[in-house]
Amino acid sequence: MSSLLRKPAILLALVFAACAPAHGSDAAPPGHYGYGRAPTPAEIEGWAIAARPDGQGLPPGKGSVDEGAELYMEQCAACHGTFGEGEGRYPKLAGGSLKGERPEPTVGSYWPYATTLWDYINRAMPFPAPRSLEPDQVYAITAYVLNLNNLVPNDFVADRNTLPKVKMPNHDAFIWQDPRPDTAASACMTNCVDPAKVRIESTAEGKDLTPRTTGPLDDMQPK
Amino acid sequence: MTLPKGWRADPDDAGTASGRRRFLLGAAAAGGALIGARAAAAGEAAPPADPEWSKMLGPGVVDRPYGAPSQFVKDVIRRNVPWLTAGTESSVSFTPLQDQPGIITANGLFFERYHGGRASVDPAQHRLMIHGLVERPLILTMDEIKRFPSVSRIHFIECPANGGMEWRAAQLNSLQFTHGMVSCAEWTGVKLSTLLGEVGLKTDAKWALVEGADAAHMTRSLPVEKLIDDCLLVYGQNGEALRPEQGFPLRLIVPGWQGNVNIKWLRRIQIGDRPWFSREETSKYTELMADGRIRGFTWLIYAKSVITFPCPEKPVKGPGLYEIRGFAWSGKGRIAQVDVSTDGGINWQRAHLQEPVLPKALTRFTHEWRWDGKPALLQSRAIDETGFVQPTIAELRAVRGVNGIYNNNSIQTWQVKPDGSVFDVQLA
Repeated sequence: MSSLLRKPAILLALVFAACAPAHGSDAAPPGHYGYGRAPTPAEIEGWAIAARPDGQGLPPGKGSVDEGAELYMEQCAACHGTFGEGEGRYPKLAGGSLKGERPEPTVGSYWPYATTLWDYINRAMPFPAPRSLEPDQVYAITAYVLNLNNLVPNDFVADRNTLPKVKMPNHDAFIWQDPRPDTAASACMTNCVDPAKVRIESTAEGKDLTPRTTGPLDDMQPK
Repeated sequence: MTLPKGWRADPDDAGTASGRRRFLLGAAAAGGALIGARAAAAGEAAPPADPEWSKMLGPGVVDRPYGAPSQFVKDVIRRNVPWLTAGTESSVSFTPLQDQPGIITANGLFFERYHGGRASVDPAQHRLMIHGLVERPLILTMDEIKRFPSVSRIHFIECPANGGMEWRAAQLNSLQFTHGMVSCAEWTGVKLSTLLGEVGLKTDAKWALVEGADAAHMTRSLPVEKLIDDCLLVYGQNGEALRPEQGFPLRLIVPGWQGNVNIKWLRRIQIGDRPWFSREETSKYTELMADGRIRGFTWLIYAKSVITFPCPEKPVKGPGLYEIRGFAWSGKGRIAQVDVSTDGGINWQRAHLQEPVLPKALTRFTHEWRWDGKPALLQSRAIDETGFVQPTIAELRAVRGVNGIYNNNSIQTWQVKPDGSVFDVQLA
């Protein structure tokens, strides 16, 4: 990775090239090429839709659990189920546990930030009609899905101040620093394994899971 | 010279309307001989006979102004696993690696991953906005983006869920479906360091939000350090415009990092001081470990390899001499060594690496193998230039459990049976 952002490099840059950009790039100063133009505030506002956990990016507006319940039935329940249980292979939104043989990651059991829910509904939902909801409606549906997960009370009103404060139960399970490499295999060349212990543990043979790889596309049904 | 109507037939495009028309005209003119051309049995075309296609003119130039594969390789297509996802709009298709001869994936075969379907973007209307913690926020047209200094680089892209269905056990009896979410192309575009230099980063600029113009408004947070290091904004792919499936007209390439962060249909880069924790980096593309902890921001693709011949789709036919072939790749740089075992990992032999061996690109390896017709367990093991050695699935499971979905870079085992058939298996 570039050394340009590492502290010694930055110090050197300051000492030897005080007028260079603080962050690395090719030597040219900002505006060297001069292509394009500055976006207007309205252009930025229209596209800058991302919301952060600290609330940056959340717009004005609000929505209650009750308002959200109604909208959810109209806009979300067909895929996600009346109680967030998920229809077919569409995502389950509520309940679930990460323990056991088949963990069930949901907003309540898995998601670390409530603001992510607002951001995702606002940018990508409803699945066939993204960006069709007003901010108040997004707040309301967010409030309802949080309430389905028993994370907020029935009288909760979601807005730019309340959402960042919602405590998500699984928040502390996340590690945001990649711990790999977490294996230390060696490049052994001979007699690496006891031949008596070489045993097939599982095989795909006979499992009816593989679509065909010749002829037309397979349409095998969900298992 | 005037050629008579229906003077020749093209068996290669008999499937197209014009091809059929020509074929019928030709058949009417030349009678049964052309039927023979279509159905030429090996015997009729083999010496001493001259095959029909050697005894008539073929179609001329621009008969097919944009070419297509031979009709005889029509089975070589991207394929999906219909039972895997609710629909095809948020889903994945797999590259037929069993039929990829070199390190470059054909544009029509490059694997697909959509989160909201394939966006159809008008390049004349497309805009890229760069804003946030920058000195000079900028909005650029495609024409303006193409004016910046350009570079070309060969890099693989791998979905971190490649092999994700194999954590618990061998499940899919197919190279295409166990490994086909990796592809490799030559990308042409502008270095992100050039663009970030042009806008000028403020001192607390640490993270970038990159966002697509698709229905998912696909969004990830990336460290600015990586963007400056080697990322590209590309509009060219293998000698032509970026394909819509790969984000036409503009895609972010993050060399060696998981496919998901290589945002397609890129429309916005927002510079900030901390990550956004979007849905695609919290709810998805995170790894649930056996102890309940969850790993996030595990972007890097660690060294991996797979034998592409033999494989379930390409069995061996009788004892004799074969060339074992495969691909190796690492997000950390170049592949340094690939070893091949035919006895389930007891003994290994060093495979031959074929040039070019490029950083963060598919690398081809080959190994001569005389098969005695007895059961065999074929494996390949990649070692990259950092010395990292590709692990077994047992080693990965011991550390991560079976629920992580992502970043399965384990050694693949192909079981060869005495009849030459090949199966996906896992060893204890």
